[in-house]
Amino acid sequence: MKIRLGIPSSLFYYVYYPMWHVFFEELGVEIVLSGQTTKTLLDKGVKEAVADACVPIKVYFGHALSLKQKVDFLFIPRIISVNNQTIYCPKFLGLPDMIRHGLSDMPPIIDVEIDSRKGWFSLLKAYIKIGRRLNKNKLRIIFAYLKSKKAHKYYLSLLKKGLHPSQYIEHLNGGMEPVLPSYDGNKPDFVFAVLGYPYEVHDYYISSGLVSKLKEMGVKVITIENIALKKSSLSGKLEKRMFWTFSDTVLNSAYYLFEENNIDGIIHLTAFGCGPDSMVDTLMEIASRDHPEIPYMSITIDEHTGDAGIATRLEAFYDMVKRKKEAI
Amino acid sequence: MPKVTFPHMGESWRAFKMLLNDLGNEVIVPEKPNKRTLDFGVRYSPEFACLPLKILMGSYMEACLNGAEIIVTSGGSGPCRAGLYGQVHKKILNAVGQDIDVIVFESPRAHPIDFLRNIKKLNPGRLSYLSVYDCVTRSWEKLKYLDRVEKLTHSLRPIELEKGNTSKIYQKVIKWLDDAHSLEEIKRAGKAALEELLLIPRDLGRNVVKIGIVGEIFVLLEPSCNLDVEETLGHLGVEVHRSIFLTDWTRDNSNRTTQETLTALEAAKPYLPTPIGGHGQETVGHTVLYANKGYDGVIQLAPFTCIPEIVAKTVLNGVSKIHNIPVLTFFLDEQTGKAGMVTRLEAFVDLVNRKRTNDNYDLKLGMAT
Ligand code: SF4
Ligand code: SF4
Repeated sequence: MKIRLGIPSSLFYYVYYPMWHVFFEELGVEIVLSGQTTKTLLDKGVKEAVADACVPIKVYFGHALSLKQKVDFLFIPRIISVNNQTIYCPKFLGLPDMIRHGLSDMPPIIDVEIDSRKGWFSLLKAYIKIGRRLNKNKLRIIFAYLKSKKAHKYYLSLLKKGLHPSQYIEHLNGGMEPVLPSYDGNKPDFVFAVLGYPYEVHDYYISSGLVSKLKEMGVKVITIENIALKKSSLSGKLEKRMFWTFSDTVLNSAYYLFEENNIDGIIHLTAFGCGPDSMVDTLMEIASRDHPEIPYMSITIDEHTGDAGIATRLEAFYDMVKRKKEAI
Repeated sequence: MPKVTFPHMGESWRAFKMLLNDLGNEVIVPEKPNKRTLDFGVRYSPEFACLPLKILMGSYMEACLNGAEIIVTSGGSGPCRAGLYGQVHKKILNAVGQDIDVIVFESPRAHPIDFLRNIKKLNPGRLSYLSVYDCVTRSWEKLKYLDRVEKLTHSLRPIELEKGNTSKIYQKVIKWLDDAHSLEEIKRAGKAALEELLLIPRDLGRNVVKIGIVGEIFVLLEPSCNLDVEETLGHLGVEVHRSIFLTDWTRDNSNRTTQETLTALEAAKPYLPTPIGGHGQETVGHTVLYANKGYDGVIQLAPFTCIPEIVAKTVLNGVSKIHNIPVLTFFLDEQTGKAGMVTRLEAFVDLVNRKRTNDNYDLKLGMAT
């Protein structure tokens, strides 16, 4: 029988699932996903996670719980750093520990540490460890790793061309072939940037479909995955880099967009209870004051965010951008 | 003379004031965080910033109004928000029109050049390195005595005959250290303070519960931040042991690693193997150590939305069951009220007492099995 490996469909899922998909398929492992976030799933997570945790962690608890009886292993790697410079939010670093000690009777967790700062080939070594935990042959693992790495590169290149993670992931899970957004002949009215962590922006349920709503309004949306940062516009903004990888990307994307002045509006999506965001949001706010020509809005989501509330705020923002454009 | 201020953490300001003064700065002593500090802090900080950032924000604002021009602070260890505090504070203060400079001290081991450069900025009297070294040594000695004196109050409070006596004497003797300047004087004042405290009439036969205190450094060290939890517990007949003291911690961060922290980190390994910033690992490790040493319970103090402590708390769920030690967590923010806290503390001490007299007490069910 194939080993059943559970992958909670949240947090790193939006960044690494295409890679993991290939890796585990190659190894002949059956992947079990927890699927889209739903109300039931979130409610479960809210009940079991520490009350003071941020919404995404509660969502993750829900996803992990829903896989509890269905799998032989849970895959929750401890991803610390992949670029040698920034590390992930402390909650990611302690993620496997939180699931193991915060919930009872969970299946065994594969929590191999992934840290590029540990020297050459550290990523390959980490993946070999993961494969070994599943009792696979070393050569086969290396082969799978190389193939998955290629898949990851391809995925990133699609994102840079404007695709959103959820579109590609849907395709992997049996959905339609993803179509790159093209607007020839039918130019969108506006281009907005929705900046925030992938697991907020691309989670349809907890973001109340923010990105889709904007698209329906005829707005082209770009997210952090679509932005190719140019080093030049970033220097000298904050003497010390943001420590946390996602926060660093979000903040730098904002600085970049403000500097380039090529966008009609910037929306910062942030989650209730997020530690790093208290810093990121303030710094973005301060930056936006220097660029009054670009409308900026910050939206906080929590476990009770209603659809209606978000829609109203988006419409108001849209109108403001429109009025501003017409005034010129 | 530059006007300098720094964060208020418990009684440590007495030592820092002396140090900066001796180096030739005019010191604006930070006020003990109070209602106004909090109001300022809340007004000027991001809504979801952690409590330490808000309190410091308020303190700095107050100091600015009192004429401070330079803020001296430490960068904090590990990957957490504290490491960015200095820069964020500066950005915010400048944005509201306060022309202030922030000097952030990072660990001298990791950034020796920056460290010396910073010292230079704070040494307008151009003292020689030897004299600077002497100033540092003396203030370190003072800091050590401040810690020792405070530690003693923790074991005296639960057994004092007359409730409130320890706190009263403590307030008196701690001032003696203020007036001491030379190394000799500091030692003499420190010893006298300890002796005076030991004169307090005590009831040695009393049944004393032992509780360890773990958590984030700033709320642990600043009583106005934790609503005097140690004093309250003392008056409930609890001998508290706090896991972090400035003289342990600074040493740990600036030079040789102390014995104690090493073992705490080792103790945390099976439950939380990776450093997660702040004091997350220490919180877990110290809880294990307290359990091993036979403490009756542990109290975790953390700022609301504190990232490492939320991770630690989740992990403590398991640790508490495995080691059979009750853990009570307080997430503190500007709205936490003292009355509510006292009620929860009383209930906890009660539970711990019952568990003590009945070893089969089941924590989960809240009853004897
Ligand atoms: S970055 Fe924020 S939202 Fe994401 S896990 Fe950390 S605290 Fe939660
Ligand atoms: S350890 Fe907690 S209180 Fe300290 S900076 Fe980090 S989140 Fe804030």
